[in-house]
Amino acid sequence: MTSGRGNSCDVAVIGAGMAGMAAALFAAERGLSCIQVGSGGGILFASGLLDLLGVHPVAEGRLWRSPYAALAALAREQPGHPLARVDPGAIRTAFESFVAALGEAGLAYAPLRGRNRSVLTALGTLKTTFGVPLSMVAGANLLEAPGGRQPCLLVDFRGLREFSARQIAATLGDRWPGLRCQRIDFPGFEAVPELYAAHLARALESGETRERTIALIQPLLGDAHAVGLPAVLGLGHSRAVHAAFEAGLGLPVFEIPTMPTSVPGLRLLGALERVMAARGVRRRHLSSVRALARNGNPGTMTLELDGVPGGERLSARAVVLATGRFSGRGLTADRGGVRESLLGLPVQQPASREAWHQRDFLDPSGHAINRAGLRIDAAWRPLDASGQPAMPRLYAVGSILAGQDWMRAKCGSGLAIATAWAAMEQVADHLGGAGAG
Amino acid sequence: MHLPSFIETQVLIIGGGVTGTALARDLALRGVDCILVERDDINAGASGRNHGLLHSGARYVAGDRDAAMECRAESDILKRVAAQAIQDTGGFFVAVQGDDERYIADFPAHCARSGIAARAVDVAGARALEPALSEATIAVFEVPDASIDPFRLSLESLAQARSLGARVMRRTRVTGFEREGRRIRAVRVQRGNGGNEVRIVASQVVNAAGAWAREVAQQAGVPIAMTYSKGTLLVTHTRLAGRAVNRLRRPGNGDILMPGGTVSILGTTSTRVDTLDDIQATAAEADLLVEEGARMLPALATMRYVRAYAGVRPLLGSSGAADSRAVSRGFALFDHEEDGLDNLATITGGKLTTCRLMAERAADLVCRRLGVTRPCLTATTLLPVDAASVWTGAGFSARDWMHSHHADDALLCECEMVPGSAVDAIVAGLRAAGDTPTLTDIGLRSRVGKGACQGGFCAVRTVAHLYQQGDFEARRGLAEILDFFGERWRGQRAVLWGEQLAQAELTEALHCGLFGEELRGAALIDVSAPAAPHGAANADPAGEAAP
Repeated sequence: MTSGRGNSCDVAVIGAGMAGMAAALFAAERGLSCIQVGSGGGILFASGLLDLLGVHPVAEGRLWRSPYAALAALAREQPGHPLARVDPGAIRTAFESFVAALGEAGLAYAPLRGRNRSVLTALGTLKTTFGVPLSMVAGANLLEAPGGRQPCLLVDFRGLREFSARQIAATLGDRWPGLRCQRIDFPGFEAVPELYAAHLARALESGETRERTIALIQPLLGDAHAVGLPAVLGLGHSRAVHAAFEAGLGLPVFEIPTMPTSVPGLRLLGALERVMAARGVRRRHLSSVRALARNGNPGTMTLELDGVPGGERLSARAVVLATGRFSGRGLTADRGGVRESLLGLPVQQPASREAWHQRDFLDPSGHAINRAGLRIDAAWRPLDASGQPAMPRLYAVGSILAGQDWMRAKCGSGLAIATAWAAMEQVADHLGGAGAG
Repeated sequence: MHLPSFIETQVLIIGGGVTGTALARDLALRGVDCILVERDDINAGASGRNHGLLHSGARYVAGDRDAAMECRAESDILKRVAAQAIQDTGGFFVAVQGDDERYIADFPAHCARSGIAARAVDVAGARALEPALSEATIAVFEVPDASIDPFRLSLESLAQARSLGARVMRRTRVTGFEREGRRIRAVRVQRGNGGNEVRIVASQVVNAAGAWAREVAQQAGVPIAMTYSKGTLLVTHTRLAGRAVNRLRRPGNGDILMPGGTVSILGTTSTRVDTLDDIQATAAEADLLVEEGARMLPALATMRYVRAYAGVRPLLGSSGAADSRAVSRGFALFDHEEDGLDNLATITGGKLTTCRLMAERAADLVCRRLGVTRPCLTATTLLPVDAASVWTGAGFSARDWMHSHHADDALLCECEMVPGSAVDAIVAGLRAAGDTPTLTDIGLRSRVGKGACQGGFCAVRTVAHLYQQGDFEARRGLAEILDFFGERWRGQRAVLWGEQLAQAELTEALHCGLFGEELRGAALIDVSAPAAPHGAANADPAGEAAP
């Protein structure tokens, strides 16, 4: 294997969203040296929930209690779906590994129990997901308590505009009569009209603000068996802040994810950055890849980076493309069509722009453009126009892949983690088999 | 037989566009009692789907001199009486290489004949004033075009009409006419979806239904020859030019770029359509506009667009001309006496700039029939500012919020800077009129949902605010967001490429990926429950079928 220093590596991962982070983690775990290029800013839009597969088929909006049963159905009915290409046992291993790494970095998840959970959202809907942060799990536990839904208090803060406890209680009221709501002023921010979740999260890392907040909530508890709050319980020290709230209130406390960019997104990014550092992944978080080419030396590729003065050249034996879709800049759309942004790889897409989107934004069957993406071979290598792998050691993972609609299938993290795992298995095979390094 | 309840009035106005609302104001100012019924909301048709261009008349000087002179006179009047709805931007007529030189040469004389002040501007000077103009510009004339906010105009007209006793029934559709000899005895209307039917007994009925005037007249049993022309427009992310910029040629596709507050509006197309159902801008129309517009203003080729919309112009006559621009843009007032009716009138055709005049003509006819002799006052009476109607203009709420900055007035929309106080004022206005406010109503009356995010973020904050204020209860927020996005989405499909596609993807990731709104009722199902309803339990009996 190539040494873990300088500008050379076994695997260069382009992209620092969920798929890029997972690919870099799994590369490191396989003992491959890895450089990751990209800012990680996309993770700020994550909710902290780790979906695996919640809905299949999307057109029917059918929810699944077991993501693995859903995966089996997906494999039968939609074998071209990228998740259907990954062995379910490998997916389980990949998730366990990913969650364990986050836990080591201070972001704890509830134990994965092989089944989906429901989590309250700021809109009052119940989100079907798989991996639930420990700070949110008391809410999921309350929902599925065998004796029925116990009384629960939701608290929000005046000025946190995207989060109304009253809205959640009203939306779920007829299904959860014991759900109550209260609004309080956030200590120290009483005169501020607009509050930002990240500021509150940081403020709650101070013991004094925490105590004052707990003291404001205490008299409101009544018959509540648990307390729900917007996800603001600390940033880097969320475990301690959450524990302090539970101890101070004497009840289970759970966070409800808010609109991005959210505190759970910030925590996830922070934790993944710590994971990368701990595993020796070299990050180029200020850089982007300008060009990628095979070079004269057989079996290596050169990446030219922008973003640092003078640029930088990397040499890698394998490259993983985890650049995401349109908001991640992995795909570029203009009036004429969609192309892959870095290499101009062919993108499987609808015939014309008129066919990209449904006439209803919230159409249950989803937009055709969402299923556009890169076609790959059995070894996760994107194909060129002739249907051959574009490069022998170029791999693609995550949402850039064709044939999936992660937003409707509730499989975003699953797609990222599972495909990164499977592709890295191929990378390790190929590199090991080549005997170089 | 059960007769539904009835309401009496002197004049029933059918249609709440710029003409109907101007008519309600005109009649109210003359002391005539009236009711306005609107099937949807204010300016739902072409009245709200246009450039917002207050024509100097220069566009029509070559082909339709009467229309040109009408525009000149009416734009002068509106600039005086409705100044708050108008930005007197001025306008350029611009020719580029390859345009018809004969048309260019004749233009100043044509303007002079119609009494329109057109001043030649040297090309370098014009490009200094409007740097986005093409290097291929060969001639520029300055004319007194202006920008007008049709929503503010209609909302404030109605507000004044209401203050004088007029009644307004939104979301109310005409279901039938009861005729008796040469008179309409009553008009049957239905409120909301499946709401009660009400009979409106009016001495006079005015059909001001715009593109729907033919359908309404048909319900009354009278024919009107009318054709429909679909016009598509695009909204840019930022404002590209300070003035109205018109192509100096015979009217064609993509030849007007209007400033609309903080954005520019590029239009239009003109395509004959046979039906009014489901009118939406298409990708091909957007392409056509971008390519044509870019000949005059090259930046339009690479501009970010946030929205597209399409309206249907009602054009009079049944001309078979393929190019609907050959059909007159003038208006017509039908008294329907030859059709055997003495108390119905139809006012249609025309354009935004002449809406006040159209209302005056219709009101004159109705008043003559009613024996009312009071003269029209709308050309001389200033349109009063209404507190609930000031929020439609881009930039207004931002200025207001900056000036009055109250400590507890949080911004709900960060793109367009709409604070909670604006939403509260709009809600109060609707409630004062006896209406139940919806999120879509608030969108129409403010800039909520009109910025780059197209509602992705501000809809969530606005709904939370409405719950907090006690305006929404139970699960209404979910239904309101579905409606609101339905309406917003109509204007997005055609311009989703580049940055705006990335923006739409973020919105979808939030509203589908996290909130699960596309699942409708299933978004409230607890998937972990032992007896989960819906597909979960059936499809997944094992529950723990992990490998």
